[in-house]
Amino acid sequence: MNALDRRAFLKAASLPCFAACSGALAGARPAPLFAAESSENEAQFIKEAKFYEKLPYKKIKCKLCPRECVIDDAERGYCGVRENRGGTYYTLVHSRVVTAHIDPIEKKPFFHFLPGAVAFSLATAGCNVNCKMCQNWEISQVRPEQVRSMYLPPEKLAGIAKDNHCPVIAYTYSEPVVFSEYVLDGAQAARAAGLRSVVVSGGYIQADPLKQLSASIDAIKIDLKAYSEKFYREIVNGELKHVLETLVTLRKTGVWNEIVYLVVPTLNDTDAEFQGLARWVKSELGPDVPLHFSRFHPEYLLKNLPPTPIETLERAKAIADAEGLHYVYIGNVPGHPAESTYCPHCRKKIVDRTGYSIAGVYIHHGKCQFCHTAIPGVWT
Amino acid sequence: MSSKAATRRSFLKQSIGSAAWALTAVRGLAAGSPSTVPEAGRSRVVIACDPRVRHAGASFDSAQVAKLLDRAIQASFNVDTPLEAWKRIVRPGEVVGLKVNCLGGRGNATHPELVEAITERLRQAGITEIVIWERQNSDLERARFKIVEHGQGLRCFGNDTLGFEDDLSTFGQAGSRICRTLTSVCDAVINLPVLKDHGIAGVTMALKSMFGAIHNPNKYHSNGGDPYVADVNMLAPIRQKLRLHICDGLNAQYEGGPSFMPQWMWPFNGLLVARDPVALDYVGWKIIEKKRAEAGMKPLGELKRQPTYIATAADREHRLGTCDPKRIERVEI
Repeated sequence: MNALDRRAFLKAASLPCFAACSGALAGARPAPLFAAESSENEAQFIKEAKFYEKLPYKKIKCKLCPRECVIDDAERGYCGVRENRGGTYYTLVHSRVVTAHIDPIEKKPFFHFLPGAVAFSLATAGCNVNCKMCQNWEISQVRPEQVRSMYLPPEKLAGIAKDNHCPVIAYTYSEPVVFSEYVLDGAQAARAAGLRSVVVSGGYIQADPLKQLSASIDAIKIDLKAYSEKFYREIVNGELKHVLETLVTLRKTGVWNEIVYLVVPTLNDTDAEFQGLARWVKSELGPDVPLHFSRFHPEYLLKNLPPTPIETLERAKAIADAEGLHYVYIGNVPGHPAESTYCPHCRKKIVDRTGYSIAGVYIHHGKCQFCHTAIPGVWT
Repeated sequence: MSSKAATRRSFLKQSIGSAAWALTAVRGLAAGSPSTVPEAGRSRVVIACDPRVRHAGASFDSAQVAKLLDRAIQASFNVDTPLEAWKRIVRPGEVVGLKVNCLGGRGNATHPELVEAITERLRQAGITEIVIWERQNSDLERARFKIVEHGQGLRCFGNDTLGFEDDLSTFGQAGSRICRTLTSVCDAVINLPVLKDHGIAGVTMALKSMFGAIHNPNKYHSNGGDPYVADVNMLAPIRQKLRLHICDGLNAQYEGGPSFMPQWMWPFNGLLVARDPVALDYVGWKIIEKKRAEAGMKPLGELKRQPTYIATAADREHRLGTCDPKRIERVEI
């Protein structure tokens, strides 16, 4: 943040936040850029990357995500934000923030993590997949030099979040995996400042970096794009099996995890997929992992498709409920009863939500106030 | 700069710098009405080589490079003079972009000597506005070009100068923003790739060099770039403005690309000229395979690096040219 002081940064960063929060919930997304200055000092964003190995002839192999890009000198990986310079691999986006907002935690969404909390939410450029329905492609599918950015090192990040009464820092909007060095450093600074850190990710990451990440953060939401390799291959440009491995690894690490499944009409909305997904979640992760079926809105390369019919989302929820999952939600449909949390034992409403607003939380010491059943999550 | 008043020396000096002026088939031609349909019949690929282009050391003789270019262009169009050919490629008043390939840096980028010769011939054909462009300013500088962002006459800059269109252009699996240099500045583009191996795509020449015109090339290297390379070349702004491909083979590289690897370079001392990028890439690929065989290296196919995108570019969905040897007229001079 060469040219801007903290006051200016906040002013720039907060305005789109409030605009987004007060806007329509369904399909709401951050303005792609706040009024940031292009950095005059590229060097401050560049740090040697973690998670790679050196190969002969100045090539490197990235070990961050399952792609394992082999990258020549002066070239970048699939993510576009990590570059081989003379045989050493660098992240180009450490502390290079392209957008920042103060969002309700429900917007991520996290429904079992500090309901009603606000999260200082930020992103750098870049992503390691290329979903045709991406809602933030203007920042996720570009190289860092193609968008305005600000320098926000970890200590300043934690300070700004704290000053704005945000108990949580959320790494979101694009793909935090590709800026994992920044997340790790930011989470460390946040912890020192008494703040929590959460990540919103597609889960396309290798086990070792995932374990390091999990040890540093407090919760992670995984966007499971579909339950078919075909969808991952054709729409995401990735592989489902790696994301499922991530979810299993997360289960073992114990970090709080929720799953979002964006239901795209005609592409991932069959009964068989919903049933297969629900059965896999129950058997591999257990029935208590929150599963959010979210409504799709036409974006990026899938503008030809309509928004998801609400009936389709309700069908998905009914199938998952029938398979025995305890916390199945419908997202991006403000006011839908399935936005709220119900006790799986007594069936009473224990978190009353409308959109991103919380009308009441009836959980005490992690238990249903009515029947005292333990409700999994991070409540305090 | 008024190009009419400028001498050749001052013209070059402006863009290429003083001490360091140390500075690649098209879809139809016919200046002003570039066709998007390949010519009927055979696609001609001219391979022009001459060891005299090279000085005793690693440097090149600009005058000899210009002569080689003249012979290649003349043969490509089967006309009596090089100027006749250039007048079929461009029309006076057009802004002509020269898309160079500088990823390999000083070692295996498009040679400034070749660019110098082309700019001179374009001037003679009545072109007063020329833009040398590539991905980034830093790429150009590493390949000995000097950045000149403003003014008239000859400019030279990377995509970072003007950025990219806000809207996506789409075809098949490709969805990309096109650089404004191509969409908003240039009326016509002459593609100047380099003859070299590519560690992922197999080879990189005319077709793949267009990755330098989009904002997200990193997304298109899966599966050896197939079908992405072909799809990117189908994006309307690219298809409509490409006029000619001149592949710089003064130095060529048969392994270890796209980065510069001196141990796998060889002095091809030549140029490949074609209007059909598919035919040019096919011929260039075979030249690289021949050199690999001579060096005792495995064919690219055995290394799972066969450039399958070339055939995709020729298929019914793309029709960017031909890779059928029977339909390629290979002219060696």
